[in-house]
Amino acid sequence: MNAGPAPLLQVDALEVSIESVKLLDGVSLELQPGDILGLVGASGSGKSMTALAIMQLLPRHAQVRGNIRLRGEALDAKSEAELCRIRGRDIGIVFQEPMTALNPLMRIGEQVAETVRLHRGTSASESMRVARAALARVGLEADAESLRRYPHELSGGGRQRVAIAMAVVLEPAVLIADEPTTALDVSTQAQVLALLQDLVRTTGMALIMVTHDMAVIGATTTRVAVMHEGRIVERGATAQILHRPQHAYAKALLAAAYLQPKWHAPPRAQAPPAAPAILEAVRIVREYPRRRRSLWSAPPPLRAVDGVSLSIRTGETVGLIGETGSGKSSLLRVILALDRPQSGEIRLLGDGFTTARGASLRRLRRSIQVVFQDPYSSFDPQWTVERVVAEPFHLFDVEPGDADRRRKVALALERVGLSAADARRYPHEFSGGQRQRIAIARALITEPAVIAFDEAVSALDLLVRAQILALLTELNASLGLSILFVSHDLAVVRSIADRVYVMYRGRIVEEGPAQGVFGSPRDAYTAALIAAAPGLA
Amino acid sequence: MSGSGAHRIGLIAGAGITAAFIAMAIIASFWTPYDPAALDIPAKLLAPSLQHWFGTDQLGRDVLSMVMAGARGSVAVAFFSTGIGLALGVPLGLIAAAHAGWVDEFIMRGNDLLFAFPSLLLAIMLSAVLGPGAVNACIAIGVFNIPVFARVARGAALRVWTQDFSLAARVAGKGPLRISVEHVLPNLVGALAIQATIQFSLGVVAEAGLSYLGIGIQPPTPSWGRMLSDAQTLTALAPSLALFPGFAVALFVLGLNLLGGGLRPRRER
Repeated sequence: MNAGPAPLLQVDALEVSIESVKLLDGVSLELQPGDILGLVGASGSGKSMTALAIMQLLPRHAQVRGNIRLRGEALDAKSEAELCRIRGRDIGIVFQEPMTALNPLMRIGEQVAETVRLHRGTSASESMRVARAALARVGLEADAESLRRYPHELSGGGRQRVAIAMAVVLEPAVLIADEPTTALDVSTQAQVLALLQDLVRTTGMALIMVTHDMAVIGATTTRVAVMHEGRIVERGATAQILHRPQHAYAKALLAAAYLQPKWHAPPRAQAPPAAPAILEAVRIVREYPRRRRSLWSAPPPLRAVDGVSLSIRTGETVGLIGETGSGKSSLLRVILALDRPQSGEIRLLGDGFTTARGASLRRLRRSIQVVFQDPYSSFDPQWTVERVVAEPFHLFDVEPGDADRRRKVALALERVGLSAADARRYPHEFSGGQRQRIAIARALITEPAVIAFDEAVSALDLLVRAQILALLTELNASLGLSILFVSHDLAVVRSIADRVYVMYRGRIVEEGPAQGVFGSPRDAYTAALIAAAPGLA
Repeated sequence: MSGSGAHRIGLIAGAGITAAFIAMAIIASFWTPYDPAALDIPAKLLAPSLQHWFGTDQLGRDVLSMVMAGARGSVAVAFFSTGIGLALGVPLGLIAAAHAGWVDEFIMRGNDLLFAFPSLLLAIMLSAVLGPGAVNACIAIGVFNIPVFARVARGAALRVWTQDFSLAARVAGKGPLRISVEHVLPNLVGALAIQATIQFSLGVVAEAGLSYLGIGIQPPTPSWGRMLSDAQTLTALAPSLALFPGFAVALFVLGLNLLGGGLRPRRER
């Protein structure tokens, strides 16, 4: 194989159109062995399209112009059979969601071994040996027992390691990682990023890191290309792009990426520390029954929330930080009176929310509403925006009449930066950020005292995320709204919360004013979490 | 993409065939070329001609009129048996999905019990017990549609229940019944429509089977199944007698299946 002067991978003036809409316009890239190139941009900017084009995995009806060369050989001239050999052997790819990238019915060892066998035609035992080495290299236990596990028996990070093992087992020259850590927790993310960097260092492959996360870019890449509307608007060394961006879009993206801690913001009229608690959780315990293993004895239940107490005062924004499985979602369901705790109670406006029934439950429900993470499953696809936003009116003993309802929905939509005319449209006509605004409008319609946000900005692009966070801050200030902000994203919580709780394995391990917790964490877990989070500098 | 052309053709052909048979059944309620029950022994076993397009049978009845009238019985039995399945199965499925735990277990195990029997065989037994006739055929076939719709409804409803919008409805103070009616059911319509076309076609086959055995629609009302069994003894003399009702059953079932397949979203196939 002759490397010669030709770069390892060269993308030259790539143009892709689908149904005469130009999705990529003159994209050029160059990679040498050992390069880590960050491809950054909002969703729809064309970064994933670029990755698919390099893999020659674009939909068949896409029109492609321009050249993609691997070691000087044009990929677009290859037959599908040749491409099948190249994919995996020369170019590997890791996707965002490891669960969908793995075959759920195949043991992880076999899954990786199959890749080896298909490409190299080696024997089953030899393939398994190579697979075991690859799984060990990505930091998974690779004894016989572990290799026999199915993907669902692994954590999200574990599954992503399997996906990476599959992508690197044939030692490809180029690895494309498409949002490889977006679905992962902070500490898992740090491990996966370190693993990818380590693989580049030890195998000399080139890595294209596709992401919308500037912190990931800063932590791992050597060079960056910023994409916007199908074009590369700026490129250069990572340090230069991050600190001295030239292009207006790159500047805006960076400004949105770095979230100021809330305590840096100009002080505003804050809730006096003595303000009464509007919502209190008192020693909440929430257990789930576990699957029976023995006929004779029921297994001890899984204690997802273990004696958690927290409180929110009027006008306060409280952050609840926790990783997947920490019990924060279970706690939130109890706080919203969707699940009953095994013990403990929720007090809302001084009344027992957990024990309330009938009319008093409905009255209390008016005071606490929620915004969910996924802007796509938050709305019944068959309902108009007006019907969606007006749904909580069900909580009133007398629902407002048509004219009144329409007026109130219009007001709520305008309050969150949408227009009254949007009421007649359907949720699918809106972007992710606009949908979260609709969800906020729905939460505001009963004029609640508290709104809980469950990972409400995690699914959003940087610029949109910044806008939604600004909206929350504004609603908090102008309406005196209390906010419970549940998230695993430390930078986001730091930018919005006055006070934070850190949850780990069902317990609150630390609480206090945001500045104190982020500045000098007392708990070892909190400290580790903060150390692992990129972009808090 | 490449599949979409064939997909469209299947849907259009299926809808066309189905519509034609249903139209034929409706027309047969008001008008047929001849009285399908009128005997005309001298004109027996005539070959297809301008007077009798499909010919006449061993008793001189007009075969085209009989096929048309048979469509009526076929559509009616399939319609009502599918209706019984929808009317009872869908609420059961919705209740099972809304109430996890022993309610769900109870309903679904009862379902499994019904599923455990070969449905056509038991429909025959049930018809034999209830006595022959179109109404009893509807009931016998309909009973076995209940678990099918219950299972489809429960499966699709569980998917809806995992979506955040059903949580949002609970936060808006709505109970399981209200959420089932307002959110779950409307999102099930597609899946149920597909299943209904499949059960409808099975109903057509089941009705023909019961009538063939003499325990479905009773004479003198014509039915495809009995026409087939009558024609069986005359295959040597008049092979075309079996051809028309047999072709009618096959074409109608094909049309319904094409329609069901065409209604299914492309990603599910």
